[in-house]
Amino acid sequence: MSDPVTALDGAVSDAGIATITEVPLQGMITLRGDLSTTAVKNAATGVAAVDMPGQGEANCVENRGICWMSPDEMLVLCPYETVAANIELMQKTLSDAHALAVNVSDARASFRVGGGRAREVIAKLCPVDLSPDAFKPGMFRRTRMAQVPAAFWMRDEDSFQIICFRSQAQYVFDLLTVAAQPGSEVNL
Amino acid sequence: MSTRLVKGGRLLNRQKAMNFTFNGKQLRGCEGDTLASALLANDQMLVGRSFKYHRPRGVVASGAEEPNGLVNLGAEGKFEPNQRVTTTELFEGLSAQSQNHWPSLEFDVGAINSRLSRFLPAGFYYKMFIHPRPLWKHVYEPIIRHSAGLGRAPKARDVDTYEHYHFFCDVMVIGGGVAGLQAAKAAAQTGAKVLLVEQSAHWGGRAPVDGGSIDGAPVENFVEQTVAELQSMPNVTMRNRLMGAGVYDHGYVLGYEQLRDHCPEKPGPRQRLWRIRASHIVTATGAIERPLSFAGNDIPGVLLASAVRDYVVNYGVSAGDRTVVVTNNDDAYLTAFSLKDAGLSVPVIIDARVQAVDSPVMEQAKALGIRVMMGHAIASVKGSKRVTGVAICSQAGAGAVLEEIACDAVAMSGGWSPVVHLWSHCGGKLVWDVAQAHFRPDVDKAPTGADGQPFVTAAGAANGSLLLGDALGDGDQAGKLAASAAGYKVKQTACPVAESLEDAPMSPVWLMPQGAGIELRSKAWLDYQNDVKVSDVQLAAQEGFESVEHAKRYTTLGMATDQGKLSNINGLATLAGSLNTTIPQVGTTTFRPPYTPISMGAIAGEARGEVFQPLRRTPMHDWHDANGAHWEPVGHWRRPYCYQRAGESVNDAVMRETKNARENLGLLDASTLGKLIVKGPDAGKFLDMLYTNMMSTLKPGKCRYGLMCSENGFLIDDGVVARIDEDTFLCHTTTGGAERIHGHMEEWLQTEWWDWQVYVANVTEQYAQVAVVGPNARKALEKLGGMDVSKEALGFMEWADGELGGFKVRVYRISFSGELSYEIAVDAGQGQAFWDALMVVDHDLGVMPYGTEALHILRAEKGFIMIGDETDGTVIPQDLGLHWAISKKKEDFLGKRAQERSHMADPERWKLVGLETLSGSVLPDGAYALGDGENANGQKNMIGRVTSSYYSPNLEKGIAMGLVLHGPDRMGEVIEFPGTNGATYKARIVDPVFYDKEGEKGNV
Repeated sequence: MSDPVTALDGAVSDAGIATITEVPLQGMITLRGDLSTTAVKNAATGVAAVDMPGQGEANCVENRGICWMSPDEMLVLCPYETVAANIELMQKTLSDAHALAVNVSDARASFRVGGGRAREVIAKLCPVDLSPDAFKPGMFRRTRMAQVPAAFWMRDEDSFQIICFRSQAQYVFDLLTVAAQPGSEVNL
Repeated sequence: MSTRLVKGGRLLNRQKAMNFTFNGKQLRGCEGDTLASALLANDQMLVGRSFKYHRPRGVVASGAEEPNGLVNLGAEGKFEPNQRVTTTELFEGLSAQSQNHWPSLEFDVGAINSRLSRFLPAGFYYKMFIHPRPLWKHVYEPIIRHSAGLGRAPKARDVDTYEHYHFFCDVMVIGGGVAGLQAAKAAAQTGAKVLLVEQSAHWGGRAPVDGGSIDGAPVENFVEQTVAELQSMPNVTMRNRLMGAGVYDHGYVLGYEQLRDHCPEKPGPRQRLWRIRASHIVTATGAIERPLSFAGNDIPGVLLASAVRDYVVNYGVSAGDRTVVVTNNDDAYLTAFSLKDAGLSVPVIIDARVQAVDSPVMEQAKALGIRVMMGHAIASVKGSKRVTGVAICSQAGAGAVLEEIACDAVAMSGGWSPVVHLWSHCGGKLVWDVAQAHFRPDVDKAPTGADGQPFVTAAGAANGSLLLGDALGDGDQAGKLAASAAGYKVKQTACPVAESLEDAPMSPVWLMPQGAGIELRSKAWLDYQNDVKVSDVQLAAQEGFESVEHAKRYTTLGMATDQGKLSNINGLATLAGSLNTTIPQVGTTTFRPPYTPISMGAIAGEARGEVFQPLRRTPMHDWHDANGAHWEPVGHWRRPYCYQRAGESVNDAVMRETKNARENLGLLDASTLGKLIVKGPDAGKFLDMLYTNMMSTLKPGKCRYGLMCSENGFLIDDGVVARIDEDTFLCHTTTGGAERIHGHMEEWLQTEWWDWQVYVANVTEQYAQVAVVGPNARKALEKLGGMDVSKEALGFMEWADGELGGFKVRVYRISFSGELSYEIAVDAGQGQAFWDALMVVDHDLGVMPYGTEALHILRAEKGFIMIGDETDGTVIPQDLGLHWAISKKKEDFLGKRAQERSHMADPERWKLVGLETLSGSVLPDGAYALGDGENANGQKNMIGRVTSSYYSPNLEKGIAMGLVLHGPDRMGEVIEFPGTNGATYKARIVDPVFYDKEGEKGNV
């Protein structure tokens, strides 16, 4: 067994108007089920140690959290090394409830976009209202980033975390770098 | 001559000179100039040649409506054709070339066309060049291509960058004139989020030039104050140099922002395309002055009256020393006053109207000592490359010249047309305003949104409110209405009051003089850019092109890059006159976005170079790249077609890899194959419906190959299904099928079988998957060690979880090559490390990676079908001899019913067979086999086609598969395939399994 690696080996771009950093390995579990049932809720919260988020929201603390993906899907975040144990724990909590918990940690790449102009950079690529009144920490959005699917949430006032498919990591990193090119401030 | 005045020029910074070139000539302007004003300041009135007759053309306008002043701007990677001089801001080092002239702007050979204009009437292409047919391609087209056309196409790659920006607001106000400013303020005061955009670099629109006062102070103060006020409001975003280009459904607006066109030396994107969603849109886009149609109205030196005024006031530039003003309304008098103010001469104001009483501006003109000739008209303009004078006649007559007046410029005004483009883009209708002789928005027929409510409101001059006071009030009302429509509570606030002089009514003048004969009419231009004259539109009407859309296309009126901003209304009026009908009955042509042309770069945005298209990479992509991969695009993925070694051709590499997989050990990166987890109590039932064969009987630990059909019975995907546990299956799909089949599953689960307990997850990218193929495959895995991969422990079509070489793996004993083969999945993050471990497992095993072409040859040798080769959306499994994979026991599956229909069960359907040429050569892929006779269309009957064809290095001959009429019944027969190279290939129909029919190689 060798050490697992991320898609871009921690690539960083900080020459432009925002800093783009590939995030280290992050445990991610797709949980599909009836989100109104106690078993499914407990399966998610038991692993992430945060409350269930509402529709279009994410509750994240450090590298744990729950993101609302769809009316029957959550993305549960936990430390990378604990995924297998956590899926087992979730199965136990779910017992015989009809649900699906599956490891997708390696299927994704994740980036952090930071700096005062992070909102502008994302708004160049995603058809999302990113004004401070409309998109706030705690919200979660599945959308597209230029030509590929992506999802993001705000870690704090000045930084976003983006997840995309691993195979598209280079494309998304390059996109963000282009969107943050020097001199491209929107100045809203 | 045109020149820079000593004083004036409110937009200029005279301290800062700027150098630029026009046709290589070194010229100077000032900061704040447009290219047009800078050219005029250097007495460069002549800026181009017209499209058809190569007539000399000068600047006629001062804004976006300019039809003549189009230049090739910049060079190499910054080259761009058809740039309007009136909207191009001057910068240091600008270089411009005039267009459509040969050999030079001053002397143009093509101008001979002008002498021939009698022979080049409207519709001349259709009339002259239709017969004889061959002459079009070889004679007419080359000549016309040489003589027509505007700017050159760029040759070098664009060095600039572009981007998009998504923006959302409650109210978007397009146009930063007085009405737009007031609308934005009124809307913003309700708390609504407002975006105010202005296409030029300056706020206030025409008002600072045209003058007037608001609340007792000069209009400039109002503009300055309102801009400052808006800038201080946190809910307002203001952008200049941003044009509202198009209005679309659901309040979607495209905005075109020019960031670096005026300062190309600064880093950053050149342009930004704004993709805006607004709850409500206010179009305060102003109005455009119309030319008058008189003989010689296209001679350089004839300008719109408002443009002459703009050049004097904004840029301190005179179009001429002696300017004759010709008008049918009061507004043009302001031009005479501006010229007088600047100390220039206005020998006469020719006013086509006959007024009983003088209006205030007429009195003022007379008081200034300007001669005013009421009821008169221009019979013709004197001069060729420059105005030298005008001949004056009565407007009422046929053009008998009363006197001639020397002048070097003519300022004309035929009234004003509201800019209704953005109002109209999404279906807003227009009404004809008789008093002002123009189309303006019909408030009762606004563009409506999903709720049936209007989502666009026009304001100010764009709404027909031409006077300052009216425009201001209209803007205020529009802003409040827009905010209210967006759900904000409007407080009654007072609107500033403007004082305007009482205007005398304008009088529509569509031809000058009204009885002008054909001599004059054929020199009276409507469309400067496309060379359409009054006589052309009249001819079109005579020839039966009565619909405005037909007349437009027949004459090309309004079809140039300016889209008829100056010519439309005059053209419609001329057409209406010719048809003895009214203008509203003729109607307008359709207004389509964009308002003025926007660059292709801005539309593409960031999508160029590295990020032109997403490229999907497997975890081992970089290794492949570093080891000679010859890439093949497979959807957005790149897969190695083969791995070329030094000195090896692509074909050599493919042959080597194909042989090695059969003789030693091959590795294939199979990570791109789709992997879908299907889980739930109803998962078995669900898969029984999706696959043609039975999946619910599959035991955990086992694998089964399955076929998937659409409900129309056609084969859409195939792959191996592994049962993980009682409730869980893992379905492999083709590379191109991963997302498509995932969607297919979700669609059936969400729309038809919503009550079945099944969840699906796409885990394709969670795993790196490696096919370990060949006689040495088991030895290699045993070398890595960690789990039992013996025949007994892991039989064919079984899978097991375990460890290999310290990696946590899932091993599927499946084969797409007929060899002993294992497909091994590891977490993607360890894919490269696992691949590395396999590559060095043991030198003696002969390990070698192979690409997709070897994969294809190996499967073809075994007669395995490939989705996309043997299938094309019209092929059913029965065509491919796959009856064994179609369950007879199941009551239903997707495609079952369709496959029972008569056409699907028809024995005449072409069936899969193997094909071998008699010579051992390779059949051309896709070739068709000829049968006897001809079909109803006189084409030869066809009896089959090649679906896959390769050279097999293992069999040392060409092998192919194909679909052939009655194929399986004709084993041993020889059929003929004509190639595209003149040769005909004779091929024998054989069994599609060419290699190891008994399957002994894999069963070890």
